Amino acid sequence: MSHLLTWVLFTPLAGAAVLVMIPGRAHAALKLWANLIALAGFLISLPLAMRFDRDAAGFQFVERAIWIPAIGASYHVGIDGISLLLVLLTTLIGFLAVLSSWNSIRDKLKEYYVLLLVLQTAMIGVFVALDFFLFYVFWEVVLAPMYFLIGIWGGPRRLYAALKLFLYTLAGSVLMLLGLLTLYFQHQQQFGFYTFDIGALMAVQMTPAMEQWVFWALFLGFAIKVPMFPFHTWLPDAHVEAPTAGSVILAAVMLKMGTYGFIRFSLPLLPKASVNPWIAQTLAVLSIIAILYGAFVSLMQHDWKKLVAYSSVSHLGFCTLGIFSLNPNGIAGSVLQQVNHGISTGLLFLLVGLIYERRHTRQIEDFGGVASVMPRYATVFAVAMLSSAGLPLLNGFIGEFTILAGAFEANRTWAAFAVFGIVLGAAYLLWLYQRTMLGKLVHEENRHLPDLTLRETLTMAPLLALVFWIGVYPKPLFEILERPVNQIVERVKPGYFADRQAELR
Amino acid sequence: MSGYYTSADHFALLPALMLVLFGSAILLLEFLMPKGPARTRWLVGFTLLGLASAAIALLRQHQALSAPGSRIVAFSGSFTIDSFSLYFDWLFLAAAAIVTLISYRYLEIEGEHRAEYYGLILLACSGMFFLASGADLITMFLGLELMALSFYVLVGFLKRERRSNEAAIKYFLLGSFSSSLLAYGFSLLYGLSGSTNLEEIRRAIFTRGSLDAITALAMATILAGVLFKVSAAPFHMWAPDAYAGAPTAVTAYLSVASQAASFALLLRLFNGPLSPLDQEWRPLVAGVAVATLVIGNFAALTQENVKRLIAYSSVSHAGYLLLGLVAGNTTGLRGIAVYLAIYMFANLGVLMVLIAIRTRTSGMLEEDLSDLNGLGARHPLYAAAMLVFLLSLAGIPPTGGFLGKYYIFLSLLETGHAVLAVIAALYVAVSLYYYFRIVRGMYMTQGEPGPLASSIGMNVAVAISGVATLLLGLFPEPFLRFAAGALVR
Repeated sequence: MSHLLTWVLFTPLAGAAVLVMIPGRAHAALKLWANLIALAGFLISLPLAMRFDRDAAGFQFVERAIWIPAIGASYHVGIDGISLLLVLLTTLIGFLAVLSSWNSIRDKLKEYYVLLLVLQTAMIGVFVALDFFLFYVFWEVVLAPMYFLIGIWGGPRRLYAALKLFLYTLAGSVLMLLGLLTLYFQHQQQFGFYTFDIGALMAVQMTPAMEQWVFWALFLGFAIKVPMFPFHTWLPDAHVEAPTAGSVILAAVMLKMGTYGFIRFSLPLLPKASVNPWIAQTLAVLSIIAILYGAFVSLMQHDWKKLVAYSSVSHLGFCTLGIFSLNPNGIAGSVLQQVNHGISTGLLFLLVGLIYERRHTRQIEDFGGVASVMPRYATVFAVAMLSSAGLPLLNGFIGEFTILAGAFEANRTWAAFAVFGIVLGAAYLLWLYQRTMLGKLVHEENRHLPDLTLRETLTMAPLLALVFWIGVYPKPLFEILERPVNQIVERVKPGYFADRQAELR
Repeated sequence: MSGYYTSADHFALLPALMLVLFGSAILLLEFLMPKGPARTRWLVGFTLLGLASAAIALLRQHQALSAPGSRIVAFSGSFTIDSFSLYFDWLFLAAAAIVTLISYRYLEIEGEHRAEYYGLILLACSGMFFLASGADLITMFLGLELMALSFYVLVGFLKRERRSNEAAIKYFLLGSFSSSLLAYGFSLLYGLSGSTNLEEIRRAIFTRGSLDAITALAMATILAGVLFKVSAAPFHMWAPDAYAGAPTAVTAYLSVASQAASFALLLRLFNGPLSPLDQEWRPLVAGVAVATLVIGNFAALTQENVKRLIAYSSVSHAGYLLLGLVAGNTTGLRGIAVYLAIYMFANLGVLMVLIAIRTRTSGMLEEDLSDLNGLGARHPLYAAAMLVFLLSLAGIPPTGGFLGKYYIFLSLLETGHAVLAVIAALYVAVSLYYYFRIVRGMYMTQGEPGPLASSIGMNVAVAISGVATLLLGLFPEPFLRFAAGALVR
């Protein structure tokens, strides 16, 4: 298969096309097909990891085809270590999200699975596109399926939440488009032809003012997606109202589109604006506010799912802090933490979804002592919670520690504040666990809650395995990330590595 | 200057002539056609035949003009066939054909299925041809009036319907007012140049140099007249009433074909005779464009009637199109051309779905937003098509609408209008809100829409528009090349 990446990209979409043909009443067939396709989508992405050459420079599995030469847009895809990890995360989470919907979705199955699969292709597309136009198309295509997933299968305030998500992100995206078009036009001015190719756009030289305008335009698009403080207000609504699979995808994958955007586009395309001390400082401060604010708000939550949602704001604050530390530790840690957040928050949302299916409430007060009736659930929850809190030997620790190392190198004050965020994180997560799982069983309704079934356990098993694997042996991931991250740092801060060498000598 | 009617004249005129011939023939020969259901087939078939013969004549012109920049000048320089006019002519023909396909079932349901309707559709179309090809004030004015008069009648075609009558009167009064403004401006142009030929007027204005009272007055009146026609703020007030009261198929025709023709007129005038004054009119048009965006979008937010909502959304699209003129570079002008074609399919599409769900039982001329409730479950294909059209109107990829927005934004950035670009971009998000009110009704609100008033013509039209809207977004290359040719001068 020479077109491996194209296969990975379009398998879900092709599956969705077939799904459209299956009659809407054949529920079993619909479920089976959707699960098969999602599994196939994951399996087909595994060879990417196996054949990935971590010592090769630049992008791998590159494919290029003519698309719209009239405006200089082409079908150009490829991955480096950073996108590899995010693609694998997407295909895995996508499969688990489909699998987790087996019982929880009961009406309009066909539309539901079609939307999930279309969403899957669009998200993979965002991570593999090497053409800005192609990237933007995928970026926007993500919105409509998510709108419908929340708006049709969501909770009581679903219409509000879905529209808010759509409008917020769209407003950011169109401004991002303007930044992108400015870059594109500058390229035409300097080189005489229009192209959206990211490699070509890197050669553009801009005045500092122009570069900063482009930077802020892109920033708005990405920051709303992440979401960074103060653009985060869509997130709690969307997460709380979304169906479980929607929350999982939203938290585990969609938020990473924003951070990925910073790493792939903002830093390498606009290095001068990125190292501008004022800009880096502002963004780091916003990240720290997100870390602390997200954590404090999480402490106050009565709704289990909302707590997890706000914890995402805090965790994503770490990711952006890592990025704007602008050193190898910060960026590598950030990517790793993005993956980790996908795993642990994915797990947490799955767990909330499972308990909601059984109990139809998410109020923390309605639980307590559940560990005694659902021991397996409590065990999985404990692992997920500790991984999210950053316990050593679990995955979260590795990411947060590396980010802190990066932040420390950049600015000690940042690191001090961020450490405080970790403490708070442990506090709200442990307290959540204590209030729901431990203690006496006070609510009679909880006495007969069934424990995890085999399917449910299997849904979470891969993520649990990753929690331990990354926690104990993260070396392969760092090796995959090393080259692309160093390239980005060298691009943003030319001479960084030479200076380090000199210092060490 | 030899002869009264040369073969070159004939060749240039033939497409428009075909439309006039067929249009008149329908009016005259109606009594020969069989009665009953067969009559529908005859009328529609005859109309499509007329459009097809115009298309063949147009195709021959197309082949004759294969060299870039070439043109045919006919009737002593008052009628020009160039790539610009050909592009617009194709749009007009496509719009007329689609409108014909979606009209007959609608008119039958309304009990107003008469031959005059098709005659007027064809005559209006020929008027648009004259607008796009006019190189002379008289020709353009005649084309404009031929189009406008046909539309006055078409808007009031449901003659037993008070709102249709009201709409026709309003449209007629404001339309004639704007026409007289234009005529006044044209007379001033003639007065200061001594010619009705656009090129000679341009030279006359150019040699006058700076702006003086007469040129200023001519520019202002012409600008106001044309802005009326394209329903730009503050001259947009007729649009919601005319759109809402007119038979929906006429609304469709009016909102895309008449709009495109008015933009052809606008471009001919402002890139032609008035181009030496561009320093003066550009800021004016910029202000108008922003006002149009603001008013169109905000007024659309609160509409409960779908046709009024679409009317205000058309106003906002006029704002985007005007921004292309403000930029005024190749990208901007190409953007207008591309935008108009994409907008045509999407807007026709939205209105044809409205026609399809309208049955007698849902009451006369009440196109409430709630009529669409539950469409997604009841008629999934129509709802999906509607979704595609709405996404295109909002400018979300992968639909064609994104490409239109792309060109407009790019042209603004290229010409240093960054603030305008930001305003225009933010209104995309605003527009999404009201377009998605329709989507929300279709997919997320319970409702029992009645059976579809569909027909073969309707299904074909929905399929064509839907596929075109998607293809223009996913594989626009052939179309973009065609559109790029449209502006080679």
